[in-house]
Amino acid sequence: MSSILFKNVYINDNAMIVGPYEKAGKLNFNNALTDFYDNEKTFEDAEIKMQSTVLDKLLYNHNLRPDDIDVIVGGDLMNQITATSYNLKDYNIPFLGIYSACASFAESVIVTANLLDTRFFKKGVVITSSHNLTSEKQFRFPVEYGALKPKRSTFTATGAVAALLTNQESNIKVESATIGKVIDYGIKDTFNMGAVMAPAAARTILDHLKDLKRDINYYDLILTGDLGEVGTNILTDFLYQNNKIKLKNHLDAGMQIYTEDQETFAGASGPVALPLVLFNKILNQKKYKKILVVATGSLHSPVMCNQKHTIPAIAHAISLEVK
Amino acid sequence: MNKKQYEKIVKKHTPKEDRFINALSAFIFGGLLGVLAEAITKLLRVIFNLTVLDATVWMMIVFIFTACLLTALGVFDKLTTFFKAAIIIPITGFAHSVTSAALDYKQDGLIQGVGSNCFKMAGSVILYGVISAFILVIIGVIINV
Repeated sequence: MSSILFKNVYINDNAMIVGPYEKAGKLNFNNALTDFYDNEKTFEDAEIKMQSTVLDKLLYNHNLRPDDIDVIVGGDLMNQITATSYNLKDYNIPFLGIYSACASFAESVIVTANLLDTRFFKKGVVITSSHNLTSEKQFRFPVEYGALKPKRSTFTATGAVAALLTNQESNIKVESATIGKVIDYGIKDTFNMGAVMAPAAARTILDHLKDLKRDINYYDLILTGDLGEVGTNILTDFLYQNNKIKLKNHLDAGMQIYTEDQETFAGASGPVALPLVLFNKILNQKKYKKILVVATGSLHSPVMCNQKHTIPAIAHAISLEVK
Repeated sequence: MNKKQYEKIVKKHTPKEDRFINALSAFIFGGLLGVLAEAITKLLRVIFNLTVLDATVWMMIVFIFTACLLTALGVFDKLTTFFKAAIIIPITGFAHSVTSAALDYKQDGLIQGVGSNCFKMAGSVILYGVISAFILVIIGVIINV
């Protein structure tokens, strides 16, 4: 059993900021950086600043002080989850740092929802961020090198998202969650993250449906995180060939952010891609009542990839009910 | 589903790269770069009355300087998306890899940052360049004996 039902956990609000590429993309964002530095000296500082901007905004919107928050859970893509840890040194909030790459948002919600369901904690915040150039630097080539990329590669989204979770009823209920398993289907290609993560997404979706005895059509929408175009096609094919499940009501967050002519290849990736699409598009549309959010993360390390190991992946799912 | 079957699915959905067009563009633009280099060398010989060897060295310096400058101005990475291998494989690409790595680590200090990281990508070129030169010289000597 890898699933859990929550009694009363709600997402009350969110705050987000994005980078210049996302602003120029398909969705409308109010708050965006004009360049990758945002008046800071380094890209790393710019990512930390994005996190503090969204956290400040969330606290300000609800007239809260940092002391009012019982726990904050979050992570990012940098080594030692630097952006999150360094941002929170200026706040006085109990912090749990997590890492599951691009699945970090869902993992944060699962951890926070469990703590809130105990009723000992009243208010929790989940936070995550990614920055295209800090992750290029960390996982790939120097920023100015502009290494050529194949069509199957994804583009790390720049942005930060914070969300407030409490026991107070709101329109968005966190109904249940499924904790993912680490899945490795033998892919070594670091450009093909969609292929790495698709089996993990399939595993978590199947586990979720089995644990809670639900059919795939129970959900109005299955929103996967950052599989991109290649990964989405693989997931659809995989579920059909392996389990005879037809994936119909499905959207992938990675494919919702950029336009065709932005040269972002198979789509957006990064831990912020999924919450950006969830909060900015899906929940605003008020079209879907039952949503299964499946955040996928590739757990690769450049060291292990250089040593010719295959790439493991994980996916965590949260089920949201919208009023 | 086993890994073999999965590999088939992955292969089916992974887009193919336009290898032929990429190779053709590298051939044409790389060739044009060669023509430009030849023109610069000729020009240097005529204007400054240099020997072929000296003029070639100065031509390379011009290329290296231009590549570094364009990298620092943030233009070179945009050019690579269009010209691809044509400007990455010649000495311009080598200069670019050193400058871009140095820029990345500028804020990490002169020793731990720029010093230890600027040959991050160019290091392999230097190492295997020296080794292959060494081997080729030995072969050359043997043949000439």
